[in-house]
Amino acid sequence: MKKIFEIPLYPYARSADQDAPAPVRHKVVVVGAGPIGLAAGIDLAQQGIEVLILDDNDKVSFGSRAVCYAKRPLEILDRLGCGKRMVEKGVEWNVGKVFFDDRLVYEFNLLPEEGHQFPAFINLQQYYFEEYMVDRIRELQKEGAPIEIRGRNKVAAVADHGDHVAIEVDTPEGPYNLTADWLIACDGANSSIRSMMGLDFVGRVFEDNFLISDIIMEADFPTERWFWFDPPFNRGQSALLHKQPDNVWRIDLQLGWDIDKEREKRPENVIPRLKAMLGEDVEFELEWISIYTFQCRRMEKFRHGRVIFAGDAAHQVSPFGARGANSGLQDTDNLCWKLKLVMDGKAPESLLDSYDFERIHGADENILNSTRSTDFITPKSEISRIFRDAVLDLSEHFEFARPMVNSGRLSVPCTYDGSPLNSADALLGGPARTRPGSPCPDAPLGDEFLLPKLGGRFTLLTIDADAPDVIEEDGIEVTRLALSVKDDPTLALKERYLGDAESAVYLIRPDQHVAARRPSFDENIFRAAIRRATGKE
Amino acid sequence: MAELNLQPNIDDPDGFYAELLAAHEGLEKVESDALNARLVLVLANHIGDRHVLRQALAAAALKKED
Repeated sequence: MKKIFEIPLYPYARSADQDAPAPVRHKVVVVGAGPIGLAAGIDLAQQGIEVLILDDNDKVSFGSRAVCYAKRPLEILDRLGCGKRMVEKGVEWNVGKVFFDDRLVYEFNLLPEEGHQFPAFINLQQYYFEEYMVDRIRELQKEGAPIEIRGRNKVAAVADHGDHVAIEVDTPEGPYNLTADWLIACDGANSSIRSMMGLDFVGRVFEDNFLISDIIMEADFPTERWFWFDPPFNRGQSALLHKQPDNVWRIDLQLGWDIDKEREKRPENVIPRLKAMLGEDVEFELEWISIYTFQCRRMEKFRHGRVIFAGDAAHQVSPFGARGANSGLQDTDNLCWKLKLVMDGKAPESLLDSYDFERIHGADENILNSTRSTDFITPKSEISRIFRDAVLDLSEHFEFARPMVNSGRLSVPCTYDGSPLNSADALLGGPARTRPGSPCPDAPLGDEFLLPKLGGRFTLLTIDADAPDVIEEDGIEVTRLALSVKDDPTLALKERYLGDAESAVYLIRPDQHVAARRPSFDENIFRAAIRRATGKE
Repeated sequence: MAELNLQPNIDDPDGFYAELLAAHEGLEKVESDALNARLVLVLANHIGDRHVLRQALAAAALKKED
């Protein structure tokens, strides 16, 4: 049977654009049909914007690649119409075990907070992730949404002409030209758009190689994340075992720097390594093998006129912490509503510069965390190894050392502190986690949840406070969601949104980040907050 | 804010010094290095205060603190 990643899901088909006498103009062209490009396409199409996705390939991700998806991206994907399916297929996990040498030094439980619709993490192969998103695009197309995906359409040249972008595309039947109002580059860490435009990509290269294997095995290992420092089966290096759906297990083995990659990838060399880890008698089948090295770096700016970079094309992190795909999905979530307002003439083009501010803030946080994890996992000097081992030895005996064990700090959404779109926090006693700039935490509302009710538009969330049902400020319509602490007997809503306050009014952006909050509605203040949140102040 | 105490603070300094050396007695260099690293981490956690720890890092480096 063919694997899903061996079947062309969007095979090349000749488009009318290839026979047009002049380059056809599109609203938005997205380059790259990975998780981030597909998310951008779906988001824009759902908002009624015509979007064309170009990919140089015609299949979903080869091999599992990004396997760990966090709560916030799942919430975003739910708004895009595919989050629940991913959770149903994915493997949920909460327990992590850390081994040092041949012993278990400690075990942690993510203990996810109650009262959220989505789990803290799921593991799911990237090929399923992409397949479900392509299915969602097909569904949108049936509903008449203006979205198209063209396989084996490789962008060969791109030029920003100020009021549009000119794009040259190579296909199996030769090249053709397109133009677009906007181009979103989601073409990955080796972004060809970035190279064509001669843009920088600076940061730190980590000189190490990791052997990534997906194996299929019937094993009774529990659904937990197991991480080894310096295990007997991979001396001086690290190892990771994680479960995916369909009895596929992800194994990462650190190999060090000075290796022969092609040699190490050969099954006859991989299988003995895996047997040393799993035991001689364990039967398994290899599904996918890859070797990667990584870098922690980002572009100086993500927006370059009408060309906007998102995901790995804009920033790259180490894999420890699952901060790659997860942060890329937050990029497009941040970008698409802004682009919609700008395209509709409801916000100035400068609103897009806040994408740079906010997502560079996010990228820097991710780079910091993943660099620190990497420095712990792969010590670069004798003394850093001595301290690393000291932390691990102490963690087996004393609780205090366990928070210092860093096998990856798992992805959490960032708060856009200091963003030009935030209004000053005016809710005395309000919880820090919902201060302006924060992503809204979910909360139960009887049989339902808060986040789906916030949808993908500007919302005025009132909790035991009065406000008009709708306010319109300079083309931006804001609808009220009126709640009371009584709507949630678990008191999560109160704890997450009121704290010590008696009542609250929140202005919430379409990407479900808080723009402003106060104890009560005040028309002038909220109108100013809406202008500020749309780049008009 | 608490400040790092750089005045004599240990009763019987000769006794403490002897105990420190005794802890390392008979250890190989790698074992001693590991013990020192663990000791630094145990003491740092006991202090806890990041401001004091920064002052301690600067004092140990024999550089004047900024």
